[in-house]
Amino acid sequence: MNKQVHTKEEVLAGLGHGMTIMFGGFGLCGIPEKSIGFISETNLGGFHCISNNAGVDDFGLGILLNKRQVNKMTASYVGENAEFERQLIAGELEVDLIPQGTLAERCRAAQAGIPAFYTPAGYGTEVAEGKESRNFSGKNYILEEAFVADFAFVKAWKADTAGNLIFKATARNFNPLMCGAAKITVVETEELYPEGALNPNEIHIPGILVDRLYLGSAYEKRIEKLTVQE
Amino acid sequence: MLTKDQIAERIAKELKDGYYVNLGIGIPTLVANYIPKDVKVAFQSENGIIGMGPFPTKSEVDPDLINAGKQTITALKGASYFDSAMSFSMIRGQHVDLTVLGAMEVAQNGDIANWKIPNKLIKGMGGAMDLVASAEQIIVAMMHTNKAGASKLLKRCSLPLTGVRCVKMIVTNLAVLEIREEQFVLKERAPGVTIDEIRKATQGDLIIESEVPEMQL
Repeated sequence: MNKQVHTKEEVLAGLGHGMTIMFGGFGLCGIPEKSIGFISETNLGGFHCISNNAGVDDFGLGILLNKRQVNKMTASYVGENAEFERQLIAGELEVDLIPQGTLAERCRAAQAGIPAFYTPAGYGTEVAEGKESRNFSGKNYILEEAFVADFAFVKAWKADTAGNLIFKATARNFNPLMCGAAKITVVETEELYPEGALNPNEIHIPGILVDRLYLGSAYEKRIEKLTVQE
Repeated sequence: MLTKDQIAERIAKELKDGYYVNLGIGIPTLVANYIPKDVKVAFQSENGIIGMGPFPTKSEVDPDLINAGKQTITALKGASYFDSAMSFSMIRGQHVDLTVLGAMEVAQNGDIANWKIPNKLIKGMGGAMDLVASAEQIIVAMMHTNKAGASKLLKRCSLPLTGVRCVKMIVTNLAVLEIREEQFVLKERAPGVTIDEIRKATQGDLIIESEVPEMQL
């Protein structure tokens, strides 16, 4: 099986206005920066984006926000983006802030065909408003639902053409959980190998969860908070 | 009165050999600088690493290796990386022994608020709600009062909650306190700080059980 695609058009085929899109990454670490670049070059918009963060003003999802391509954002933390805050306060953008572990599990549930699950995170807070709650063995939980998404854009480190993936360090984060969690999963990778070149023992995500594979180049990998010791 | 570093130093005394520890952003991060000599702990960062090491030198910097505060870090020998669902399985599954985090407000029933100021600050909760809902041992590291001088130890939280009835220990620039039976129990004073000063800075009910010793740093 060969999942590789070569052009922007192939990467984005089927993407439409108003769709719900998952983006991997934590801060700017492990974001699908090539796919975001491609989407920003289209006239499509009105997206509901699901991602842990919203990028910074001029990188990551901040690029799509600046181009007003995002209508709604589901995230756990959005603190690093001034334009995001402006659009939010001006009522131009809808935002759903949810606990980070709930975000991760809603991706995994979608991937795994589980429609909902109980979690203790957010019980007794405004996150629980309007949600079913239940007590198990003396502890309170709220019911959270799996995401339903049209596209997932994922960033891998190494892949083979069959779509088997390996992620690097903390660039892994939400990326593996979004594979197969949307109708179409598009993976961009830094390194691409022929089928059979990767050790099956070391695969993080098997190719069955991947629809398209794009070999990116010249990754910027911008660092949000460069912190070094003397 | 303690500096932020001294708050971290005091909290570090609570670390026990073999602990897996999650440190929040701000004062909690400083705790890693004061690990007692005979104690070995491993730091978990919820973006996907156990075995977080010190900040890198310039030549070691790797954009693919950061902590939950988005700072560049290093990985110690024996470290492991994992995805965000595994990370929160560790947290919700109570495999992490100790969570240290900051707060805007703590109430005497153990409620904590640290993620939102309506109409003013809209940044999000990150992993804090998962952490406080699950951790068996939570220490709050914070200043006793806010920048306007108002107490952060309250009868009830006024800000949107992060978690309910979860905080059991608080270390501030003035004191070490425990929460028991919906009251703040004063356990230790910062060097040179009087019980009266702590009482004035505490809006919630403050219990003094016996002699309150000065903190040992």
